[in-house]
Amino acid sequence: MSAGNQPAVAGQPGVIIEARGVVKSFGQTPALRGATLSTAQGEILAVMGPSGSGKSTLLHCLAGILTPDEGEVWFAGGRLDTRSEGERSALRRDRFGFVFQSGQLVPELTAEENVALPLLWSGTRRGPALAQARQWLGRLGLDGLERRRSGELSGGQAQRVALARGLVARPDIIFADEPTGSLDSVAGEHVMNLLTDAARQEGTTVILVTHEARVAAYASRQVIVRDGTVSTLTGVAP
Amino acid sequence: MRHRPERAAPEAAGRDYLLSVYYERTVWAVSVPLTLLGLLEREPSHGYDLKRDYDAYFGRGKPLSFGQLYATLARLDRDGKAIAGPAEPGGGPDRKRYVITDAGTADVERWLSEPAPPEPGLHSVLFTKVVLAVMLGRSAGRFLDIQRAAHLQRMHELTELKRSDNMADVLLADHGLYHLEADLRWIDHTAARLDLLTQAVRR
Repeated sequence: MSAGNQPAVAGQPGVIIEARGVVKSFGQTPALRGATLSTAQGEILAVMGPSGSGKSTLLHCLAGILTPDEGEVWFAGGRLDTRSEGERSALRRDRFGFVFQSGQLVPELTAEENVALPLLWSGTRRGPALAQARQWLGRLGLDGLERRRSGELSGGQAQRVALARGLVARPDIIFADEPTGSLDSVAGEHVMNLLTDAARQEGTTVILVTHEARVAAYASRQVIVRDGTVSTLTGVAP
Repeated sequence: MRHRPERAAPEAAGRDYLLSVYYERTVWAVSVPLTLLGLLEREPSHGYDLKRDYDAYFGRGKPLSFGQLYATLARLDRDGKAIAGPAEPGGGPDRKRYVITDAGTADVERWLSEPAPPEPGLHSVLFTKVVLAVMLGRSAGRFLDIQRAAHLQRMHELTELKRSDNMADVLLADHGLYHLEADLRWIDHTAARLDLLTQAVRR
């Protein structure tokens, strides 16, 4: 993990994912104008910035959900952005986990079925997948709620289910986009404690997009996206 | 890439913050006499017991000296807020038991019903630096970035400190975090309006 606000250095051992000069526009509207960012294995990185600054677009480019118009995205030493949609989908399924603001649970499925989804997609049989899902639900304090559907869960509980779903396949990287955005401060704090504790225990890298300083403070390093470029925060005057 | 100066481990640094800056700005502003009276309202106590409880709950990082304790108790006795009982047999320098009076209880009641003064706190320093930077044609944005980084670093340290099992530490850290967050909002708001500030300040 990089110390303090020192960034992971591109091309050096320990860097798991990086964006190099990424440019991305939607129609005539530029979202990223040469964003460069690298993250070390096991690091918890907060990407901050005002609404519309491009931070979610950057996360989507890093995760292979979007492909850049210009620039490169590297993951585990190889190009990510030049891979086919199918290859990127497989990477997202097998190596990445996602937690979004609203949880985005499948409403027809129970909590344990939602958590088991990444394992089922990866070919794990239903029985073992549900067993692992229940283990993660218990680890996140959701014992007894395994059979509930999302409509029967509080916002905080639903977000913890989403967190369990993001972690169950033991991904290399968790991409969390405003994971506490729909929660009150106590529930949000609970989710962030669980996310960072689990990530530390598993050695998982976390890339956390947030506009809230209290959430970003869980990260060991923070960067700010402004007008489509990334600024690394430094604490020392020139 | 500039490197940050070496600093204490996050937990130690965060604790230092709680025990010094935070203490100076919040706890120490609390009246020691009124706090001691509050402890006496709970139950009559010896000086040693008062110091123990004060240090445990309110004196974090800055314990009350025996000199200040007994000087304060003597003033409370003189002013009719508390009464010192007769010296009791036993070891130690002071075996008097202190009892709060009706006047002392009324003081505690009044104090606890009044709001604490809202503090402008750090903002005045930040404000002065930003305005001066703009006046002098220096980079106020750069200063705000540096300040933002320092605030986020402190918030990270306090967030780490909240992993402690000590609920008092957790609540103190929360208090610090919310104040720092308010500063950060001001920093972001000001950074977005530097052009307007520049028009207003520069001659």
